[in-house]
Amino acid sequence: MTRVLELDGITKRFGATLANDDVSLHLDRGEVVALLGENGAGKTTLMSILFGHYTADAGEVRVEGRALPPGRARAAIRAGVGMVHQHFALAPNLTVLENVMTGTEPLWRPRSDRAAARRRLAGLAERFGLPVEPEARVSDLSVGERQRVEILKALYNEARILILDEPTAVLTTQQAERLFATLREMAAQGLSIIFISHKLHEVMSASDRVVVLRGGRVVAERATAETDKGELAELMVGRKVERPARPPARPGAVLLEAADLHVAGKGGAALNGVDFRLHAGETLGIIGVSGNGQTTLAGVVSGLLAPERGALRVHGAALRRHDVPHAIAAGIGRIPEDRNAEGVVGDMSTWENAVLERLWAPEFSRRGVVRRGAARAAAARILTDYDVRGARVDGRVRLLSGGNMQKLILGRVLEAGPDILVAAQPSRGLDEGAIADVHRRLIAARERGAGVLLISEDLDEVIALADRIRAIVGGRLSPAIPAERADARRLGLMMAGDWTEAETIEREAADAL
Amino acid sequence: MSVILDILASVGMWEAVLRIATPLILGTLGVLLCERVGVLNLGIEGIMTFGAMIGWLTVYSGADLWTGLAAAALAGAAFGMLHAALTVPLGLSQHVTGLGITLFASSFSYYIFRLAVPTASSPPTVEPFRPLPVPGLSEIPFLGPVLFNQTAPTYLALALVALLAWGLYRTPLGLAVRMTGENPHAVEAQGIDPIRLRIGTIMAGSALMGVAGAFLTLAAFNSFFPTMVQGRGWICIALVVFALWRPGRALLGALLFAFFDAFQLRLQTAVEGVPYQLFLMLPYLLSILALIVMARRARVPQALMQPYRRGER
Ligand SMILES: Nc1ncnc2c1ncn2[C@@H]1O[C@H](COP(=O)(O)OP(=O)(O)O)[C@@H](O)[C@H]1O
Ligand SMILES: [Mg+2]
Repeated sequence: MTRVLELDGITKRFGATLANDDVSLHLDRGEVVALLGENGAGKTTLMSILFGHYTADAGEVRVEGRALPPGRARAAIRAGVGMVHQHFALAPNLTVLENVMTGTEPLWRPRSDRAAARRRLAGLAERFGLPVEPEARVSDLSVGERQRVEILKALYNEARILILDEPTAVLTTQQAERLFATLREMAAQGLSIIFISHKLHEVMSASDRVVVLRGGRVVAERATAETDKGELAELMVGRKVERPARPPARPGAVLLEAADLHVAGKGGAALNGVDFRLHAGETLGIIGVSGNGQTTLAGVVSGLLAPERGALRVHGAALRRHDVPHAIAAGIGRIPEDRNAEGVVGDMSTWENAVLERLWAPEFSRRGVVRRGAARAAAARILTDYDVRGARVDGRVRLLSGGNMQKLILGRVLEAGPDILVAAQPSRGLDEGAIADVHRRLIAARERGAGVLLISEDLDEVIALADRIRAIVGGRLSPAIPAERADARRLGLMMAGDWTEAETIEREAADAL
Repeated sequence: MSVILDILASVGMWEAVLRIATPLILGTLGVLLCERVGVLNLGIEGIMTFGAMIGWLTVYSGADLWTGLAAAALAGAAFGMLHAALTVPLGLSQHVTGLGITLFASSFSYYIFRLAVPTASSPPTVEPFRPLPVPGLSEIPFLGPVLFNQTAPTYLALALVALLAWGLYRTPLGLAVRMTGENPHAVEAQGIDPIRLRIGTIMAGSALMGVAGAFLTLAAFNSFFPTMVQGRGWICIALVVFALWRPGRALLGALLFAFFDAFQLRLQTAVEGVPYQLFLMLPYLLSILALIVMARRARVPQALMQPYRRGER
């Protein structure tokens, strides 16, 4: 095995934070290494140093035995390092070809050779099975396709070492599987790959070796074949994390009832006759392949979208007007799917975000004037009660990590004491510790007597939290099965639209009552 | 009706269109460059004024006309560097900086002008650029005098449109410039320094603004007076939106505006009994209309007015 990359004693501080502490790491040709660590462990920082975005305070990066000059992205690219950023570095208004070509020719050349570039791109796309339309505008591409462009960009720069920063954070399960198949293929062709992740199952299935980073230090290194999820979880978090268990349900009255809901959503996101009931003190889990109407369903229940047909009854009555203020007033709380876009206003302060949904409550405003003192006190309470780390009452929310942002949102919603809680993908992108916290909160809300509508793609999460599970397929809901009778195969069938088994089970469950 | 037809049929009218359009073409290209790289430059009104003054002063002190244009370009680039220094590495508000530069450059122009000619009551003149007939082509009836009997800076402006269109869309540097206006992080990830690229491009764009101003004193009016730019800079800002940030359309927009302007000037004298102010408003009203129609299709550079800081998202 030839060693292609060595990081030696990398240390990096940001003010008081020690983001990387004497980190050493190596990579061999044709190897896939997973860099595993919780949010804030220093993974992105380490890779940014390798790529020359940041300059290390100490330590050295060597590619094929030669030291890279620090802080120079250009030098890293020349040495054959390619990076797929966590937030894609693409220009949406430009074409795929233009995005790939930028910076690959001498800047002062009087004419760029687009024809040659197009040929070369087509060749790479073919060789690695990454089809793209070179003249398509990037803004017209799906997230998966954009990632493909990012990978092609690196390959076009003749990368022999490819680094992917949380590549699956934005992908659906199927897209992620495809990505890992591509990475395997690339490794087989002699590329060396580091991918960053905090998801254990993908680390287990896609890597040859795992390097675990915690608090800026390498805490362990394992051959993937010689470890397991449990060990890795413990190494990553530094203690045993256990997701909380769900006590038996004591369902009460019907809180929320949907009858024949129809919404003409865009592109496969429509609802075509959705019926369900949600009781007090129970969690109803909705699983499904993304794009089958989950987002639309969450939108309707939380008041963002009005149904075109059908009724939504809260406590037995329809909303006076179907909009968000009335939904909130009726006791519906919402944890949105995309917390950055819909959950918080990133450039506003923590306290402003903390009271955003209840600004008109007499507690927080009087005669149109915000009661800052009360609002800030409420925010401070949320920060301590919900263990939101790294936040100041006056700090901008954008600077929080995903997990802490989600805890803030949870605090905001739950402090209002909603009867009904719509939780859409509540632990997407979070690390193990934060997931456990979120789960604990959701269980506590149900124990308090709220009805929780949990919409999630994560089957483990749904099985752990939900009392009854239904699948959403093409804008319709499958029959409900009790969580005790759910297994991967059965849920897979339900998500694929085969509901015969689920119908039998639902009937049995009804008969048993 | 016949009055209008008479105006439209006259060579003088169409000749004037290209002349009036020249500073607008130059200025719009300047703004376009700055915005393509992601920076709004509201300094244009002042930079044009300063370019007009310094161009005039250079020639007035004995240099030739081309040296005057070059001086205006240099001065423009210098103001561009000031704007860039404040807005790019320091990331200050582009609106405030630009307006500040406009105020500063305008007053500074007047100040230098008064130092140079403390007493003159009527502005001293220089010998301006003369029309330069293109041999052969200028003989063509109607089209000849309209297109091929203009001054050298007008030809320069037209050539710059082609050059910029080529530069932005056909060269690696142009691609890097456009990419910087869309997503500077992406440029940086490809190993190019977006900060240097922004500073350089803003300087080039501001140099064009300076030349646009100098055209007024060295080819159109042959003397300098402090209010002579008269909002042309602001028109250029609007024309860039109208042009959807493309050089070819910038030419079109400038010509359209110049057409209305030339037309209303002639209407003023031809039509009696209507306050001339109404005619003065005409080109602006039509510009607003055109802007409303075009701006709906605008694809604004995504990183316009967003300061770039290394390592921060
Ligand atoms: N540009 C920065 N300025 C200040 N602190 C930073 C910066 N980037 C990262 N950090 C801090 O460094 C630590 C590691 O961050 P990061 O490398 O992004 O972690 P990861 O990618 O593992 O989630 C965190 O505590 C983070 O807040
Ligand atoms: Mg990261």
